[in-house]
Amino acid sequence: MPRDRLTPARLGPRDVVHVGSAGLRSRPMRVVLSALGIAIGIATMIAVVGISASSKAQLLQQLDTLGTNMLKVAPGQDMFSGEKAKLPKEAPGMIGRIPGVEDVGAVGDVKPTVRRSEKIPKSDTSGLSVKAASESLLKALRGTVRAGTWLNDANGRYPSVVLGSVAAERLGITVPGQQVLIGKQYFTVIGILDPLPLAPEIERAALVGWQAAGTHLDFDGHPTQIYERSTDTSVESVHKLLARTTDPQNPQNVEISNPSATLQAKAATEGAFDSLLLGLGGVALLVGGVGVANTMIISVLERRHEIGLRRSLGATRGQIRIQFVTESLLLSGLGGLAGVVLGAAATYVFAASGGMPWAIPPWAVGGGFAATLLIGSVAGLYPAVRAARLPPTLALQAG
Amino acid sequence: MTTVVELNQVTKEYPGGVAALRGVDLHIERGELLAIVGPSGSGKSTLLHIVGTLDRPTAGTVALAGHDVAALSDRRLSALRARHIGFVFQSFHLVAGVSARDNVAEGLLYSGLARAERRRRAATALERVGLGDRMHHRPHELSGGQRQRVAIARAVVGEPDLLLADEPTGALDSASGEAVMQLLHDLNGDGATIAVITHDGGIAGALPRQVRIRDGQVVEDTCTRAPLPAGGEVPCHATD
Ligand SMILES: Nc1ncnc2c1ncn2[C@@H]1O[C@H](COP(=O)(O)OP(=O)(O)OP(=O)(O)O)[C@@H](O)[C@H]1O
Ligand SMILES: [Mg+2]
Repeated sequence: MPRDRLTPARLGPRDVVHVGSAGLRSRPMRVVLSALGIAIGIATMIAVVGISASSKAQLLQQLDTLGTNMLKVAPGQDMFSGEKAKLPKEAPGMIGRIPGVEDVGAVGDVKPTVRRSEKIPKSDTSGLSVKAASESLLKALRGTVRAGTWLNDANGRYPSVVLGSVAAERLGITVPGQQVLIGKQYFTVIGILDPLPLAPEIERAALVGWQAAGTHLDFDGHPTQIYERSTDTSVESVHKLLARTTDPQNPQNVEISNPSATLQAKAATEGAFDSLLLGLGGVALLVGGVGVANTMIISVLERRHEIGLRRSLGATRGQIRIQFVTESLLLSGLGGLAGVVLGAAATYVFAASGGMPWAIPPWAVGGGFAATLLIGSVAGLYPAVRAARLPPTLALQAG
Repeated sequence: MTTVVELNQVTKEYPGGVAALRGVDLHIERGELLAIVGPSGSGKSTLLHIVGTLDRPTAGTVALAGHDVAALSDRRLSALRARHIGFVFQSFHLVAGVSARDNVAEGLLYSGLARAERRRRAATALERVGLGDRMHHRPHELSGGQRQRVAIARAVVGEPDLLLADEPTGALDSASGEAVMQLLHDLNGDGATIAVITHDGGIAGALPRQVRIRDGQVVEDTCTRAPLPAGGEVPCHATD
């Protein structure tokens, strides 16, 4: 009796890939078509996740530049009269003395409305308001002037006005130098602001100097909104002192809010992707998986002779199984790869057109690939088992 | 003298009751070149499958290169085929779209040899069958006779103890068929043990030994003494 133990030789990883890809290489068109379903599924899912991640990244980026260290002070309802409370005139100065506070800006509402000219009725406010603004307001809001200049000591005394971005647009004013009617008096527009995402009420306002508002518009000198910037670390301690400092007699009449909290909440909802679209992607993926299984079954039927030949050359059942599972994995893996590229490209187009940063979460790519590999092995398993069970004599029969 | 194939009272019944082989005894010694000849349906292919361990007998024993086939698992049978047996088929069974050299190298894929070595040996085998200048041709760029020679190179590249050819000239014209038979004679002259299945009495008569089967039984096992190829004596162990 012979000594050799007759143990089958192992196929190296390279040989496994070579054997597993042979069937694909000989039928490129079929590969493209059957990988397409998987590609569409993965692309949909990557795009859905990528687009919401990009929107979120944009909001977070915005928050970063706007800062989360601003608090807004406004008058609440008076407990007894039920009317809107008034903030003390000296409140901005007092707030500025709280440790950690860096900038304080204030605005005060005035009665008259802003119009383009006398031809427009007084009642037509276009949703705009007129406010007296302290000189330090722009710095506290970290705002910037798009055109012209900001209010200062000199121009703040004269009938000059700075328009918020929305106000300028609604009044149809694009360059400084034009005039608008506030109450009965024409004011010269000396500046237009950039958008202020943290203070939309200022975007919709015509801002007049504190002094000029007193002189020309009967401003009573009581602030109606105070914006306060502190160091990042002292936001909480400032928050605690703010009401009492603003109105020591009636701290309960003071409302304090954090405008960046709204943006943060928005960022959180943007991060939640559309689960309906995601589900659609899942369905496409499933259909793609069925397509791959179908292709694999056909491949096994067509390649009966090859299977018989390989068995005659010494392939074990396990090696035949591995060959077809590998083929299925490669097929769905190719689809997955194409899907990731397509989904990333779609996200890029969306992000670029919306001026957003391009963000694809790595877990989405990893999850997409894991899903394809799972689909590939499930879809390939049954055909592979059938191929391995084929009796070699049957496989070699002519016809 | 070593026995390569030893069949004792081999019977093969297919489901449905067809007895394709009925009590076949067959011994093949190392270095033999024999024909298994018989009319259509006589059981030749069935015999080849059983000798080649692609199928198991329903009764009787099969020993190949000293291994008792009945005692081996499917895995070990695969290893036995990889190491000890080469097959040549009537319809070549080459892989389409793959070069002649890679087709031949495929014959060593399950042998455990490294890829570079497989390709090197494939080139040598192709030269041996006279296709050294067709290494990179793909099957559709070769004639039928050339394709069968590629298939023969694939079967012998692993230097098997036994080469089994089922109607190797069945799909070829007579000139190509003669060239293929000449190649088998040459390989046998180099020491290969070869069994050729054919229904063609002319081809069978040109080989040193003929095993005639009919209705699943060996009816005659004879040696033809002439013509001997140059370079030595061809063993013949016919039982008659
Ligand atoms: N898988 C099978 N199932 C049932 N019967 C079979 C099977 N394979 C072969 N047979 C039968 O066994 C007998 C022998 O067949 P085999 O293929 O061995 O003949 P053969 O001598 O090779 O014929 P040919 O020269 O036509 O190839 C035939 O009667 C055939 O019908
Ligand atoms: Mg036959």
